[in-house]
Amino acid sequence: MRQEGIIHHATSRLLGLIPTLLVLITIAFFMIRVAPGGPFDGEKILPPEIRANLDAKYHLDEPLMQQYFRYLGQIITLDFGPSFQYKDWTVNELIAQGFPVSLTVGGLAMLLAFFAGTSIGIAAALRQNTAADYSIMGVAMLGISIPNFVVAPLLILVLAVYAGWLPAGGWDWSIQRMILPVITLALPVIAYVARLTRGSMIEVLHSNYIRTARAKGLPGHLVIRRHALKPALLPVISFMGPATAGLITGSVVIERIYSIPGLGSYFVQGALNRDYTLVMGVVIFYGVIIILLNFIVDILYSWMNPRIRYDEVL
Amino acid sequence: MNFQRSLRVFLIAGLVLLAGCGDENSDFGRPRENRPEPVDLVLLENGRPDPSVLAAEQVVHRGNGDEPQTLDPHRAEGVPTSHILRDLFEGLTTEAPDGDVIPGAATGWNISRDARTYTFYLRRDLVWSNGEPIKAEDFVYSLRRAADPETASESAVMLLPILNAREVLAGELPAQELGISLLDEFTLQITLTGPTPYFLGLLASPVAYPVNRKNVEAFGEQFSRPGNLVSNGAFVLKSWNPRVSIELEKNPLYRQADQVIIERVFYYPIEDLAAEVTMFRSGALDWTAEVPNNQFKWLQRYYPDELVVSPWMGSYFFGFNLLREPFIENPELRQALILAIDRDVITEKVTQFGEKPSFSLVPPGIEGYVPFAPDYADWTQHQRNEAARRLYEMAGYSAENPLRVEIRYNTSENHKKIALAIASMWKQQLGVIATLVNEEFRVFLQNREQKVITQVFRAGWISDYNDPYSFLEMFRTAHGRNDYGYSNSTFDALLDEVGTERVRARRERLMFEAERELLADFVIIPVYSYVSKRLVDPHLRGWQDNVMDHHASRYMFKLKSRQPGEQEESSQADSTSPAGTPGTSPAPAEGIQAGESAFDDEHGQATEADENADEEGES
Repeated sequence: MRQEGIIHHATSRLLGLIPTLLVLITIAFFMIRVAPGGPFDGEKILPPEIRANLDAKYHLDEPLMQQYFRYLGQIITLDFGPSFQYKDWTVNELIAQGFPVSLTVGGLAMLLAFFAGTSIGIAAALRQNTAADYSIMGVAMLGISIPNFVVAPLLILVLAVYAGWLPAGGWDWSIQRMILPVITLALPVIAYVARLTRGSMIEVLHSNYIRTARAKGLPGHLVIRRHALKPALLPVISFMGPATAGLITGSVVIERIYSIPGLGSYFVQGALNRDYTLVMGVVIFYGVIIILLNFIVDILYSWMNPRIRYDEVL
Repeated sequence: MNFQRSLRVFLIAGLVLLAGCGDENSDFGRPRENRPEPVDLVLLENGRPDPSVLAAEQVVHRGNGDEPQTLDPHRAEGVPTSHILRDLFEGLTTEAPDGDVIPGAATGWNISRDARTYTFYLRRDLVWSNGEPIKAEDFVYSLRRAADPETASESAVMLLPILNAREVLAGELPAQELGISLLDEFTLQITLTGPTPYFLGLLASPVAYPVNRKNVEAFGEQFSRPGNLVSNGAFVLKSWNPRVSIELEKNPLYRQADQVIIERVFYYPIEDLAAEVTMFRSGALDWTAEVPNNQFKWLQRYYPDELVVSPWMGSYFFGFNLLREPFIENPELRQALILAIDRDVITEKVTQFGEKPSFSLVPPGIEGYVPFAPDYADWTQHQRNEAARRLYEMAGYSAENPLRVEIRYNTSENHKKIALAIASMWKQQLGVIATLVNEEFRVFLQNREQKVITQVFRAGWISDYNDPYSFLEMFRTAHGRNDYGYSNSTFDALLDEVGTERVRARRERLMFEAERELLADFVIIPVYSYVSKRLVDPHLRGWQDNVMDHHASRYMFKLKSRQPGEQEESSQADSTSPAGTPGTSPAPAEGIQAGESAFDDEHGQATEADENADEEGES
């Protein structure tokens, strides 16, 4: 019964994805076109003959509506077209190269953040209002408030330039090159997750059923594992959805500082260069990822929280 | 408040801790100090380096700014791309390490008396990297392809001196009508629309490189991918990992392969200048594309041997919009604004990059051309300021009736600092009330072009070829980049004459006159001429400074490092011999001291700034 409810819910959510995406595509398409300047404008102005050739090659000489429908037609076949800026590559190829990198770095950072963050949070909650609790939360506060672009150069300076233990940047899929970016990306999330976990854990620990479990004589660690953990992690789970989407789609700051070929820079570079196809491709890709992750979180949530039942809702 | 303070204390403590655990001989000033020094260069009689001083591994790692757009030489644009293409291909002409144009694929050429027809004689033993012979028809095919509207080349602008190039690009004539013809298997002729003294230099640029016809026809737009690309330069494309690296390998079939010492070249697209410096400092790069301005002083102090600064073919200036008040018909005011800027302060205190203060449009360093210098270039700044005040009053402005003006620039830390300095100098000397407006690059360009809302705006030019004409041309009436609304028939007539003049000295005289005319009209506010600036590992030699900033890897080579026994000691040698010889111990000790004091300095500054911030916060 419950299983069917979830499946039903899933399909309707997935179908709802289509109109959302269409709106996203339309807004993004016209917004980037409205922005002043075009992909071939630069300080060196092109003679009209050359400009006309470029416009013709990329169909920029057609009326805007015609370009829009041409683009929609292309997307249906999952073809995002050639990049205007990186002329030797198609947008599909660029995403296919950039996303695995962002996914790996972001995914590892997310895993690290989840396990480190929840452990720290639980540890702090169990020692509520002690010196240990305060110092853990103090450090967490630091983690949240120091921005990436401060932490990253510091880590590079100390661990790469002075100590020489890790490479300063670049990418070759080796573990050494992932360590610093993963840590930098994870730090603020660890801190945030730790605070969330601590707060909800304390709340759960004060609830009646925990008191009952304790009264029955269940040992402390079992109380935590069997009864407190799942409900205490609920707020963390709902935070993780959008946070994961943010991490695995690439962070421009991290990518620039560590010279990582992820997706984030394509988005920013594409927008600055008015690389219409690249921006559109990345926007659509992000849209799909965010919608999918929110969807996964929903499902996880219903599995973890007995108070949410889709069979009852539907 | 209290919490913030304790947080700050905590943070500083953390930094110190982090720093402390870095390394026992914590060398905060200059970590590369413990990297080995190169041996002295020894040259053979023929000018080549002695093999005994060369490093065993000849691999060069070059930071290269942005990701190249394409490795198709005809569609390529931009500096990073052209660095790579210069290694992969060779045109009819090529450049020596000092930037001189020398024979490349052509062994020589004849230029007709009217300077409009060039006949090139190809070397007879040239082959592509796939072993096929290179013939004159390859060059004919390639130039036609570059001009073909289908190719949609942006850099085809550089082909415009060739007869019919404009018509071919516009699609009015077929590519076969381009002014290039085959005389025999190894001879070809190029006809121009008029004398173009820099034409031989243009042929050394990517748009004139040959591409392999079969290769292009077989792979279409993907012919420039690794595995597909066939080239004729000193290196061939081995791998291309977008936004990671491009690897080139020595081409054993290159005509001078026996003289190419570097075996492999890696180009890294590193967008972030600060990241590039850290990679250089960690030893991952031998050569950076650039260095960030705000680290110049620091690098100058700790990396004096690595930091290389040399004049570059570019000018930095601001422009007046002559179609908008207050600059319509107001030369006194424009001159006053030009004079009231202390360029030495800008280059020494603001940009700090050893740029050369300038009062002219054309930068120095172009062979045979001395830029026109107005008389006020020789005055002291004091004299200039006085003249400026006089002119400002003549123009009808005063303390009660100050000029209000906008300075517009595209968003960038450097432009902002310079605009700010200019605004404050105007304020101080003349009482001008200037507001700064920054815009995103393409918005800025569009506003400049429309000439409606701009008043004073950032401009500048970096030339693709070694000729003053490139700078002067954009001030012609109705030129696409004439964002100044400048129109002077004498200036236009002079440039027309430049286009047909074939005697070099006379042509240069005409350009000199044109520049004088332009500067006398006070259209631009010259600020400085550019320099190129980068870090280069002292092991890497063979390259030379040149105004074009073109540095082909084929001229480079790497020296081997000094061995422990030879004079200077490296600290690595110390770590291998635990006891250490008595004579060597002082050197590393000194290194530590210098490093520590440098760190203390930095640290002291940081805490001081912190305290100031604190006071501000509390007041």
